[in-house]
Amino acid sequence: MSVDSILILVALTNLMLLAYSRLGASIRVTAAQGILLGLLPLVASPHAGWHAALIAVGSMALKGVVFPRLMFRALREAKVQREIEPFVGYNVSLLIGVAALAVSIWIGQQLPVPGATISSLVVPVAMFSILVGLFLIISRKKAVNQVLGFLVLENGVYTFGVGLIQHTSLLVELGVLLDVFVAVFVMGIIIFHISREFDHIDTDALSSLKD
Amino acid sequence: MFPVLFGLGIWMLSGLAALFARRSPRTATACGVGGAVAGSIVALVPVLGVLAGGHVEPLRWPWAVPCGEFHIALDALSAWFLLPILILSAAAAVYGGEYLWPYRERKSLGPPWFFYNVLVASMALVVLVRNGVLFLVAWEVMALSSFFLVTFEDEKESVREAGWTYLVATHLGTAFLLAMFVLMGREAGSLDFDAFGAAAFAPALANLLFVLAVVGFGTKAGFMPLHVWLPEAHPAAPSHVSAIMSGVMIKTGIYGLIRTLMILGTPPLWWGWLLIGIGLTSGIVGVLFALAQRDLKRTLAYSSVENIGIIALGLGLGTLGASMHSGALTALGFGGALLHVLNHALFKGLLFLGAGAVAHGTGSRDMDRLGGLLKRMPLAGAAFLVGAAAISGLPPFNGFVSEFLIYFGAFKGAVSLPASGAVPMLAVIAGLALIGGLAAACFTRAFGMVFLGEPRSDEARHAHEPGLAMRLPMWILAGGCVLVGMGAPLVWGVVTRAFGVAEEYRALAAEPLSWIVIGSALFLALVGALVVLRRELLSGRVVGQSATWGCGYARPTARIQYTATSFSQPITSQFESLLGTCASVTPPDGYFPRHSAVASETLDACAEKIYRPAFTLLDRALSRLRWLQHGTVQLYVLYIALTLLALLVWKLG
Repeated sequence: MSVDSILILVALTNLMLLAYSRLGASIRVTAAQGILLGLLPLVASPHAGWHAALIAVGSMALKGVVFPRLMFRALREAKVQREIEPFVGYNVSLLIGVAALAVSIWIGQQLPVPGATISSLVVPVAMFSILVGLFLIISRKKAVNQVLGFLVLENGVYTFGVGLIQHTSLLVELGVLLDVFVAVFVMGIIIFHISREFDHIDTDALSSLKD
Repeated sequence: MFPVLFGLGIWMLSGLAALFARRSPRTATACGVGGAVAGSIVALVPVLGVLAGGHVEPLRWPWAVPCGEFHIALDALSAWFLLPILILSAAAAVYGGEYLWPYRERKSLGPPWFFYNVLVASMALVVLVRNGVLFLVAWEVMALSSFFLVTFEDEKESVREAGWTYLVATHLGTAFLLAMFVLMGREAGSLDFDAFGAAAFAPALANLLFVLAVVGFGTKAGFMPLHVWLPEAHPAAPSHVSAIMSGVMIKTGIYGLIRTLMILGTPPLWWGWLLIGIGLTSGIVGVLFALAQRDLKRTLAYSSVENIGIIALGLGLGTLGASMHSGALTALGFGGALLHVLNHALFKGLLFLGAGAVAHGTGSRDMDRLGGLLKRMPLAGAAFLVGAAAISGLPPFNGFVSEFLIYFGAFKGAVSLPASGAVPMLAVIAGLALIGGLAAACFTRAFGMVFLGEPRSDEARHAHEPGLAMRLPMWILAGGCVLVGMGAPLVWGVVTRAFGVAEEYRALAAEPLSWIVIGSALFLALVGALVVLRRELLSGRVVGQSATWGCGYARPTARIQYTATSFSQPITSQFESLLGTCASVTPPDGYFPRHSAVASETLDACAEKIYRPAFTLLDRALSRLRWLQHGTVQLYVLYIALTLLALLVWKLG
């Protein structure tokens, strides 16, 4: 599997996330995206040594196994199955996704990047992931989807990092992973508490909490 | 420099210790008081050394913040402002130990002591730092820690409102300072004060910087009309906190202004005029409002505005002298202002502690409900009397000395300068005379209503003397008032030597000051002789006692007495247009009148006529933007995403 095909698969998973209404499926797609991105550094520089491999395995384990399990638990506890009435419908979401892809490709051409990248697709796909992540946070109501949006956004930043910096420092990478882990963990707890307090996890209904 | 750092460390650590020991009020108080006093004593050593002519190496440590550097230095100006900070903070801490003790059942004493010691450390840091970023950090810490002290009794609505007013006012002031430092830094290429001093500012920029400094520092100092937070925050705070806020914290504004004047170099003429104008406004209007208040601590707060006005008059004289190259005027003006900074810290600290003792002993600060306290708390009352006499500018106390220096400078200027300088001098002389007279009336009223006569309520009747921990600081401060008053030539010598004033200007004031001391000594001797004479004449005779203001009635009541409001009514009615006192009168009616009543209230004219309408207008304008805040998280993220995307496209396109 080449770098380009991984990146294209990542872009496709992004589009899938925009089209899915079932939360369980969305979680699985995000997990798949995490595993794909974990493979990226291994494929990009196969002779990088054991610590790059360690990072890749760790990141795959977290994004592919730990996070999905946490999210599924949150789903079970909140007793929700699907996003019923998003702010933006699925067809429109897909159209916006395509527009975002176009913008990302344009940005990829314009953005001056220091040094060489492992592929010309790195910047567009990274930007696309970031935009899709933000869009998920904006357009969906269920808190689980917002966590997924945050994860996708983080995946975009990760893609950027892996694609640009050839020798990612172990410490920085671990720091980022830890960051995301804590974030997802906390969000899982918050989702649980919100659903226990309010009997739902619709974030738009929380607007009555404003002053 | 290390003793100062050591002092800072003691304050911070003892504050933290008090915070951690919040479960035990005894430990928290011990940490707070002990740390404040120990830190002050340790830091006092280098301060006195510098004032005696010594030199302390400045300290520079790198600091990771952009443009920031931990650069502190102790020159004569810093030392002079540190002196009252250290003395008053230590005295007020000892007092506060007993003052806060009754609150231990309801409140944790850890946080107030933590914020108290942080406040002391930040005030010390403000006058020490030589870097713009560090200065703003210290300034902000000072504002926040004092905010938390002001809102100590946050269960009261009025206290929360006062805290809010203070927070808004202080941050508006800081905004001006931020602009000032940025402009200075852009010109000097660095945010270091030494670089500021070396930079040459164009006249237009210097004018702008001066105005920013006057507004920014003036808000903290309490220049009229930027004073609105003082009469709210000072009464709301616990009394020992009011004492250090009014005694020394507002002086950091004066310090900042002097430091800015030093940085900006030779001032144009109008700076002096502006400062004199501010001084006259603050002084006269401040003391008039002080006269119109019923709350003892509110009176004291307005009197702080008045005294800041006197300091501004001194600064104005000095600035005018500097721009007209008159060394005598510069020395006397700045000297008088600096001396008044110390003096005001001593007597205003003392008076606030006295007001706290009254509130502690009676539970009331309303002068119309007090009275006759001198018989119930003679020791605290005597200390309050010393403070009242000193703040009225009467010899042999210290208030007279600094006001004399300003008068003396103004007279010197009036006879020697051309008209552009002489006219403001005459205004200063007339204004200072008016301020002095009104201040004497104000404190006659405050002392007379609270301590003399008969108690006007049950609380006042059952007042009790405060304990030793509260009396001792008051006596130390009262002793300071007498000491500075009687040792005036000595203090003047120290000030002029520390600031490197030329010998001829030092001698100029030294001689009249020694005559004043001799006169005061003669006066004290006369008083002593009269006391002895009285005792001699009365010995062996029967001395009867009856109710004060008894007036020969068989059954006098406390209600026959003048009240605080009626005492000041002749003056307040003269200045009615300025004060805007609103009174509601129900006059006696019919042949057999049953019910009649008078109620009057003096609200702050600036707050009511300027700030309230302005903020209402602002509120109305901004409420049109309320729709932006709707509580939907998704839309907030949308704002951020759209902004980022637009910026990215704009930058790349």
